[in-house]
Amino acid sequence: MKINFILNGKNVWVETDPLKRLLDVLREDFGLTGVKEGCGEGECGTCTVLIHGKIAYSCIIPVGAADHAEIMTIEGYRKTERYKALQDAFAEAGSVQCGFCTPGFVLAAESLLREDARPGETAIREAISGNLCRCTGYNMIVEGIKIASLKGKGLW
Amino acid sequence: MKGKIGKSIKKIDVAEKTGGYARYIADMRFESMLHAKTLRSSKPRAKIKGIDIPEIPQGYYIVDRNDVPGKNRVKMIVNDQPFFAEDVVNYIGEPILLVVGPDKEKIIKILSEIKVYYEAVKPVFTIEEAEKLNTTPIYGEDNCFADYEIEKGDPDEAFGRAAKIVENEYRTGYQEHIYLEPQGMIGIYESNRVTVYGSMQCPYFVKNALIQGLGWGGDRIRVVQTTTGGAFGGKEEYPSLIAGHVAFAAVKAGKPVRLIFNRKEDIQATTKRHPSIIRLKTALDDHKKIIATDVDIKMDGGAYSGLSNVVLQRAMFAATGVYNIPNVRVRGRAFATNNVPSGALRGFGGPQAFFAIEMNMHALADHVSEDPLDFKIKHMLKKGDHTVTGGVLRQDVKLDEMTDMVLGMSDYRKKYDEFSKNDDQVLRGIGLSLFYHGCAFTGSGEKDIIKAEVKLKKREDGKVLILIANVDMGQGAQTTLRKIVARTLCIPVDDVIYENPDTDVVPDSGPTVASRTVMIVGFLLDKAAQELKAEWEKAPEVEVHKVYEQPGYIRWDQETFEGDAYPVYSWGTNVVEVEVDPVTCEIKVKGIWGVYDVGTAIDERIIQGQIEGGISQGLGYATIEVMNSKDGKILQDSITDYIIPCSMYFPGIESKLIDSYYEYGPYGAKCAGELPFIGAAPALASAVQNALNVQIKRIPVTPEYLMETAEGEN
Ligand code: FES
Ligand code: FES
Repeated sequence: MKINFILNGKNVWVETDPLKRLLDVLREDFGLTGVKEGCGEGECGTCTVLIHGKIAYSCIIPVGAADHAEIMTIEGYRKTERYKALQDAFAEAGSVQCGFCTPGFVLAAESLLREDARPGETAIREAISGNLCRCTGYNMIVEGIKIASLKGKGLW
Repeated sequence: MKGKIGKSIKKIDVAEKTGGYARYIADMRFESMLHAKTLRSSKPRAKIKGIDIPEIPQGYYIVDRNDVPGKNRVKMIVNDQPFFAEDVVNYIGEPILLVVGPDKEKIIKILSEIKVYYEAVKPVFTIEEAEKLNTTPIYGEDNCFADYEIEKGDPDEAFGRAAKIVENEYRTGYQEHIYLEPQGMIGIYESNRVTVYGSMQCPYFVKNALIQGLGWGGDRIRVVQTTTGGAFGGKEEYPSLIAGHVAFAAVKAGKPVRLIFNRKEDIQATTKRHPSIIRLKTALDDHKKIIATDVDIKMDGGAYSGLSNVVLQRAMFAATGVYNIPNVRVRGRAFATNNVPSGALRGFGGPQAFFAIEMNMHALADHVSEDPLDFKIKHMLKKGDHTVTGGVLRQDVKLDEMTDMVLGMSDYRKKYDEFSKNDDQVLRGIGLSLFYHGCAFTGSGEKDIIKAEVKLKKREDGKVLILIANVDMGQGAQTTLRKIVARTLCIPVDDVIYENPDTDVVPDSGPTVASRTVMIVGFLLDKAAQELKAEWEKAPEVEVHKVYEQPGYIRWDQETFEGDAYPVYSWGTNVVEVEVDPVTCEIKVKGIWGVYDVGTAIDERIIQGQIEGGISQGLGYATIEVMNSKDGKILQDSITDYIIPCSMYFPGIESKLIDSYYEYGPYGAKCAGELPFIGAAPALASAVQNALNVQIKRIPVTPEYLMETAEGEN
């Protein structure tokens, strides 16, 4: 089946089995390896992408369901000013250890900040509660998102 | 670079990881690469009577024991584990063969058509069954991978004159690493050589395993670490097994072969923290002082020996915790069972031992009606005291200062009194733990076994290469080691290059384990940098080479376990405050405080990351991380069923470092990676004990366990 969608701002299509996981299509057909597979069952958030600006776990979405969707992966997002603010804040707060979870957290943060540019601690914790990190214990990621929201004033 | 070395710099790999540029093993592609999947034993213990393999299409391969050109044993301390099962299987999930080919779906279809004929053998599932043993042993004659005893003073005499003898038993469960990147390897066979890429902690462990498995000279084998998405010990010994698999497959197929685990497979088949049963018998005198202790440590090692004997040693050497007890006997046994092999996980035997000791101290204090903290303080180790193995604590022991600090930070005393009254609607409690971690390899292991070598090379362009086999698995080695070298050479950090290790290029500086990287390898790099600095101008390119030398003060006898079990210790104290729901017994952590002595911090923010991550994993271990094995099968084999902490579980952590300096560490640094994990479980359990006024004797402390315990006491 031919499936069309907007990927990182570009119109693309792929001829594939509609039941193939979006995760595999992104990684294998489009080479977007910033999208990771940590669990394959919608529990860890390493495969996070934004669909119409909202968090989606690409490991549990059949690509057929993404027909005509607007999809953003870390490869598209990293070109933005907002990404830059998050990356700097993550560096400042020590939010990154092994990094396997990090692109997912960045996208979760984006989806929060576009709704709420100055979120409080609880809102941040809730927004990233679908993303697991085994290295940091989360506080330093929460801090990173806080810093981004303060220093990236006007970006969101 | 000016000022304290500990002042944090931007972690070197933040941009590549945050932006999704970093290439982990699953992100690597090679031309005509094949996939592989493992056929695993579905029986905990059986003889293999036969295997039916269907017709295999062109371009697909079966790789099994017959494809191991060298010795079909994974190189470990004892070589008992085969790469592929031979005539028997000893645990559910044990690899029997691989199916290799271009299409994943077809591989799965072939796998489903293979039939293995088993003849069941009576299995052993628990420590109790292993101890009684009414079937043939899995290992050796007594079914123990290790059975050790150590003694200090004269415990028999002391027990003979005791005013009181108290016995307690503690149990700890499995823990799974849940590094977020599952295990994975790619093997390539080209020009008569094998190259293996993968997620790993110890490139030379893998290389040595391949030398043995392939039966080839080391010059034909190359191992390259790829950016590693967390490890925590889980990628210490296990990668050697699957590196063999992809290497054998690549040789057979003549094409690159990729083996990436899915999460279920990773949980079912890879190592976990050793479950333990620890019994302590303690003798007290008339003054409510401990005069002797007899500790019996039993661990479930699983089906193959792996690292069980060293994990057991670490637990045994910690058997009196941070307390000075003059007369001690410790027996330790690691049993063989038909469970998945247990292995390395942050803390390496320490967490089990410290949980038992700290809870026992608490219980003893209750027994003699003393305040638990005062009881601990009066037994605390000091500089110059002797450890269980008779080693001398030569460096400062600042536990009293650290305890004072953490008491102040947490307001422990006041809260403890208040919560002990127990007259609130909500049940609140606070607990404190004291602990240490012995830095680097046991005894003279660094000198006798590891013999680390490092190289530093100045290039013509003035950049300096760090050439070592240690890896960054998230803990920040890429940043800390560059900082050390840059500072000693007085050059910018950006002028220091440190690539993921490739055994064709780097010498064997030892494995990335035992919290040894900064203290041992970093110290060697510091010395190498001093020498390079002196020779800087001699030539456009200068290379220096350094080999580990043991500090003169270390005395150790590996046969009798006498002397300095570790070169030095890092220390910690941790306070946790909880609220327990009186109806559901659910535990909510309300506050976490910690003070640590890790020597000089090479980068304070990285240390903070180790502290916070370690505590979070430790609190998970203590509470929600429930993993049981039933008839040899892991019951929680997904992240849905095996729950690890998410961002909502724990509040912020307040931690501090105290000033301390170790002469044989770079800029005074000791060890830090494992330490913070160790104190979390006993602090949490003590807090729950304070809230509910019941004795906690098991982790994880689940609501079900609390309800049972409360009923038992009523
Ligand atoms: S891989 Fe999709 S949520 Fe874990
Ligand atoms: S940084 Fe390793 S899982 Fe988050």
